[in-house]
Amino acid sequence: MSGRVGVAATVLAFGYAFLYLPIALVIAYSFNESRLVTVWAGFSLKWWKALLQNEAMLDAAWLSLRIALVSATFATLLGLAAGYVLARVPRFRGRTLFAGLVVAPMVMPEVVMGISMLLLFVGSDRLLGGPERGFLTITIAHVTFSLTFVAIVVQARLADFDRSLEEAAMDLGATPWTTFLTVTLPMIAPALASGWLLAFTLSLDDLILTQFVAGAQSQTLPMRVYSSVRLGVDPQINVLATIVVAIAAGALVTSAWLTRKRD
Amino acid sequence: MSSRSVFLARSQPMRLVIALPFLWLGVFFLLPLGLVLGIALGTNSPDSVPPVELGVDLASFRLLFTDDLYLAAWLSSLRIAAISTAVTLLLGYPMAYAIARAAPRRRPLLLMLVMLPFWTSFLIRIYAWMGLLSENGILNQVLRGSGLVADPGTILGTEWAIYLGIVYAYLPFMVLPLYAALEKLDWSLLEAASDLGARPSTAFLTVTLPLSLPGIVAGCLLVFIPAVGEFVIPDLLGGTQTLMIGKVLWDEFFTNSDWPLASAVAICLLVLLVGPILLFQRQQQRSLERRS
Repeated sequence: MSGRVGVAATVLAFGYAFLYLPIALVIAYSFNESRLVTVWAGFSLKWWKALLQNEAMLDAAWLSLRIALVSATFATLLGLAAGYVLARVPRFRGRTLFAGLVVAPMVMPEVVMGISMLLLFVGSDRLLGGPERGFLTITIAHVTFSLTFVAIVVQARLADFDRSLEEAAMDLGATPWTTFLTVTLPMIAPALASGWLLAFTLSLDDLILTQFVAGAQSQTLPMRVYSSVRLGVDPQINVLATIVVAIAAGALVTSAWLTRKRD
Repeated sequence: MSSRSVFLARSQPMRLVIALPFLWLGVFFLLPLGLVLGIALGTNSPDSVPPVELGVDLASFRLLFTDDLYLAAWLSSLRIAAISTAVTLLLGYPMAYAIARAAPRRRPLLLMLVMLPFWTSFLIRIYAWMGLLSENGILNQVLRGSGLVADPGTILGTEWAIYLGIVYAYLPFMVLPLYAALEKLDWSLLEAASDLGARPSTAFLTVTLPLSLPGIVAGCLLVFIPAVGEFVIPDLLGGTQTLMIGKVLWDEFFTNSDWPLASAVAICLLVLLVGPILLFQRQQQRSLERRS
């Protein structure tokens, strides 16, 4: 038995080392004196200062944050509707198509979705004279692919609860709307929160779809990072990576702590 | 109960709840796919804006299936995706298994550690390997320093780097569905098998493996489907000699401005993946129905 525990521990140690060693090195080299990210030349904060004064990067980060906030919110509303329908409305005309459409963006290759949405915006620009490519088109694209994830989280959560609570409320005379607000919504609130967070992260991280629909003026953070990284390694990107990892770790630890507290 | 549901579906507000996401996905997902097909049938006309002349012309599709370059790109995309998926499964299965068999109070932390990289930026995780794998990168410094290899060669820019990048980036997508399947497994079945004289390997092959099959299928599809159309990984880690179809689409669109050809690539990619995508959807639906 102890032999098997040893094997399991080795497997996990190897797996986690594979996942975290590259990230750890990126973080370490964000404090490197040298411009070369492969040669250690002593501790320095100069790349941190450089990044915090990098206007283009900060503008891009601000644009990405605004898009992520707006698109995650709309994706959560639409995903809530879609997930609710999938879990609670077993029959209506077009349900198979509806279910297919809700899941499809999750498995659609991003380059395909990117080119298709760009063609839509080009078409609407010719026929309707807009929308101009930028904030709005990026947000629409992000809502479209992230609402899928919210819908799946909501549907799974609703499937875990049986309908009897909602039916009891309605038998006692509550209208469907009151039932939804006082029974269903509190039940699925955690799923909505994690769905929103997922949509927010997906939006903040998206490169390919964004690159297609962004137009000439708008540059999101991943687009900036990509164009900088294509030219080779850059210590400022290491700094940015360190910040991103710190935020993600902080958010994950906080949410785990909150869940544990509730239990 | 179902009569109430039908009643619900016909009620005015519920119609709106159904219609909103339906309309959104119809306009912003389904309609665009139709446009891609329309443009794929057009011809490239570099002088007009946008650079397309509408019509019904299969030239773009014909080019995709006759030109050696494109055929090679399709084949290498499939090969790279398939091999990477297999390697990810071989690495992810033992991890998921070890987590599922760990003490229950440790599992949330172990799972969180698998999830954390997913919550950080995809681009940055790929970037991390650029510094590791380059000619004077950290890996080669370690290899030279250890004295084992005098001239290790460079991994960055080869197909090996692409495999490594895909396995690294998609490992969490493999581990999570595998864990979900293994966590539900009734371990007393394994004890029963061994009581009845089955060796551990036999018990694994006849009990554990079949019961975790839904997780294996889901995990493999979640890795394979995006890997076939991958763009960032071959672009940043792979060299110029490795062609992948996602990169071809990107280059035809952005570099050559050949919209019909890029659209034809997109349509072919969809047709190629429609089998795996439908399989994934059916499985997703089935597992949710089992829960409710």
